[in-house]
Amino acid sequence: MNKIIKYVITDILRNKIVLIYTVFLLAASFSVFSLEDNSSKGLLSLLNIILIVVPLVSIIFSTIYMYNSAEFIELLVSQPLKRNTIWLSLFTGLASSLSIAFLIGAGIPVLIYQANLVGFTMILTGVLLSIIFAAIAFLATVQTRDKAKGIGAAIMLWLYFSLLFDGLVLFILFQFADYPMENAMIGLSALNPIDLSRILILLQLDVSAMMGYTGAVFKDFFGASNGLIFSFFVLLSWIVIPVWYSTLKFNSKDL
Amino acid sequence: MIQLKNISKHFGKLKALDGVTTICEKSECIALIGPNGCGKTTLIKTILGMVVPDSGSITFNGENILKHWQYRDQIGYMPQMGRYPDNMTIGQVLGMMKDIRGKSEGLDEDLIKAFSVQNLLNKRMGTLSGGTIQKVSAALAFLFNPSVLILDEPTAGLDPVASELFKEKILAEKDKGKLVLITSHILSDLDDLVTRIIYMQEGKLVFHKSIEELRQDTGEERLVKSIAQVMISNYE
Amino acid sequence: MRYFFFIFFTLLYCSTSAANIYVGAKRSHRTISSALNEAKSGDTIFVDAGLYREKNLIINKSIVLKGVGSPVLDGEKKYEIISITADGAVVDGFKLIHSGISSLEDLSGIKVYDSRNVVIRNNILEDTFFGIYIQNGINCSIENNTLKATGVEEQQSGNGIHCWKGDSLRVIGNQISGHRDGIYFEFVKNSVIWRNVSKNNLRYGLHFMFSNDDMYVNNVFRNNGSGVSVMYSNRIKMFSNYFEENWGDAAHGILLKEISDGFMEGNYFKRNTSGIYMEGANRIYMKRNVFENNGWALKIQASCMDVVLELNNFIGNTFDVGTNGSLVLNRFNNNYWDKYDGYDLDKDKIGDIPYRPVSMYSMIVEKYPPAMILFRSFITSLLDKTEKLIPSLTPENLKDTAPMMKRAF
Repeated sequence: MNKIIKYVITDILRNKIVLIYTVFLLAASFSVFSLEDNSSKGLLSLLNIILIVVPLVSIIFSTIYMYNSAEFIELLVSQPLKRNTIWLSLFTGLASSLSIAFLIGAGIPVLIYQANLVGFTMILTGVLLSIIFAAIAFLATVQTRDKAKGIGAAIMLWLYFSLLFDGLVLFILFQFADYPMENAMIGLSALNPIDLSRILILLQLDVSAMMGYTGAVFKDFFGASNGLIFSFFVLLSWIVIPVWYSTLKFNSKDL
Repeated sequence: MIQLKNISKHFGKLKALDGVTTICEKSECIALIGPNGCGKTTLIKTILGMVVPDSGSITFNGENILKHWQYRDQIGYMPQMGRYPDNMTIGQVLGMMKDIRGKSEGLDEDLIKAFSVQNLLNKRMGTLSGGTIQKVSAALAFLFNPSVLILDEPTAGLDPVASELFKEKILAEKDKGKLVLITSHILSDLDDLVTRIIYMQEGKLVFHKSIEELRQDTGEERLVKSIAQVMISNYE
Repeated sequence: MRYFFFIFFTLLYCSTSAANIYVGAKRSHRTISSALNEAKSGDTIFVDAGLYREKNLIINKSIVLKGVGSPVLDGEKKYEIISITADGAVVDGFKLIHSGISSLEDLSGIKVYDSRNVVIRNNILEDTFFGIYIQNGINCSIENNTLKATGVEEQQSGNGIHCWKGDSLRVIGNQISGHRDGIYFEFVKNSVIWRNVSKNNLRYGLHFMFSNDDMYVNNVFRNNGSGVSVMYSNRIKMFSNYFEENWGDAAHGILLKEISDGFMEGNYFKRNTSGIYMEGANRIYMKRNVFENNGWALKIQASCMDVVLELNNFIGNTFDVGTNGSLVLNRFNNNYWDKYDGYDLDKDKIGDIPYRPVSMYSMIVEKYPPAMILFRSFITSLLDKTEKLIPSLTPENLKDTAPMMKRAF
């Protein structure tokens, strides 16, 4: 398994798009931190990058990479290897390359300017989001052979998770405004890894506002160790479930 | 050595393979022939386990290959169109394959030398021409001394010199007792190479004959002509 | 002749009133009560270090009761420890522990009844129900005391420094924690609260009602259950106080309710759920205050009128201003808002376009609190941006017409 991972990582880390992505993250993070006179404002700009750009790049790049590797995957399948091994190696390689790119691009500036709990939470969620959206891309690519369809699906998924889902939540919230919605909100947020990551960062960043009555419910839940374990577990299942399901699909897929 | 029993495969409405039954023995060089879309490549892929048949069974050295992968250790496969990760060098691809197979000794590097691949070890795959990639694919197929070679349109992108070297290599391997399965459109290439012919059409295996039988049946010396005759008679 | 009288009275004073009485295990008086019985107005009683269980000590003469080496007075959880009913009494340097707890009487560590010129200083009060209680006092001082209670429930806990009816009181340099309200003022006028630290109290750090013409300066109010509450009072001045880390839905750095003619300058609001919550406040002038990292820097209800904010700094707040209506009769001018993204073409250090400190999303959260969970998501940023272009929900007039480009000070 390690054999393939190693080569996939060396391949991707030399990929132009990944290099550009890393440089973009570096430039963006350094500029938000050095342009803003207070660095917590820089963190806010960085938050948007993490919540929007990281999932977008992860899912689109992973999808395109997988379609471009179709023949290579065929070659691997013709070798004495288990399909599980091939799929998981590709995933591990891709996810770790994207994580490395993120760690270099955003992690280093954050460590320089904001080496505190907020900073660490941001780095952790950024890495998790990179991996999660690679996993979701795997799900998209295993479903269809058509590259255009696959990339379209990836873009739609990204749009759904970063925009449509929240619109839906807001709509539900307005419709059921007369009911206590706090616990339902916590449940809903588990259905979207971007939301969950955002809340985890928000609890560090906007702690004062989050301490209001409703906020306190969230804070009690997400701030307590049980809630943190829950969030972490949910984010992990956002990796495990798509990977597991796509592996199943890949095992019986005709190449 | 490889035994196919009643293999069928659908892709949607398309019947790619329809009740294919045959046996391939060692020391043979078998050509898979038929018009485009007749199911040649699908047949190869079922043998390699890339495509799982709807029904029927395939045994390799007497063992069913379904859900097995170790048997592929004895197969060298050269795909129709090889593509490798753009940013890996030839050296890295070779290294990775050696890692995967877990073999670094007793390698058959004849083709690597014959094609002068060792001079290109630092070239990235993304920068190579189609022909050079084919050379790499060919070299990889033979590298681990497999007892079965499956070659899908092997000579398509090769220049005449390389093509000739490659054919010599195939003959040599066959003579060593290996089974070679070739699909090709360029029948003239196969002429002095193959010992048996499998002819397929619309997913069905039309016949599996030795080259001598075919010559007798059609009365033609040259493979090109005999096959042309078969094709014409089947069109009608 | 004048000199003669002066010398005569000085001698008279010295000979009749300057007696010193000593209390201690090796002194003529073993108990403070017996010393108090013997003492005459003007005497000073010195008490040696040690533990004294004397039930309720009543000071009804104008004497000085001074602890040497912090003698401990134990109320055994039953009694009010010291009651003062005489003008000009001084209690200095004691440690008072375990007062009684009662839901009928406000048992205290030290309680002053209808007296003037009383001084209570340098005492330590631990585990008292009410700490220091002034009931109808004039010109009294409460200085440098440390009050520590460990109340868990509001009902079981009294206030630290409690003043009910008073004039010209001075509450200076005290440390109060763990009480119900740190400092409580009701019907107290012309008084000053200066350099106190009131933190970790169950309800309010400072609770202030029906008290006019008071001033508080340089105090720290930190992490109290509901912050500070100033209600139904006129002409209050607040300078250079710190309001920090008051968290919770009903917690505010400071709550201003039905306040008129207030003046606030140089105060510092940091990490509160809301820095200032204003309801029915009139004619409040706020200048050169700092609002930093609050949930809401300022919540100003539509019932407020003629509130003026000038030259304040708003930095790193989640929401700058929240309000509940569209009627705005208040004025914002020359404040610095870190969220301002306007420009300054004429280089006069004042932004050329107005700043609207009420974001659309803060209006939504005000109405639907659970919507907070969507804060800073892509969709809410979009909503805020749209609202900036076409204002519909946010009050049109709530704006700073001349925002500063750099911090106001």
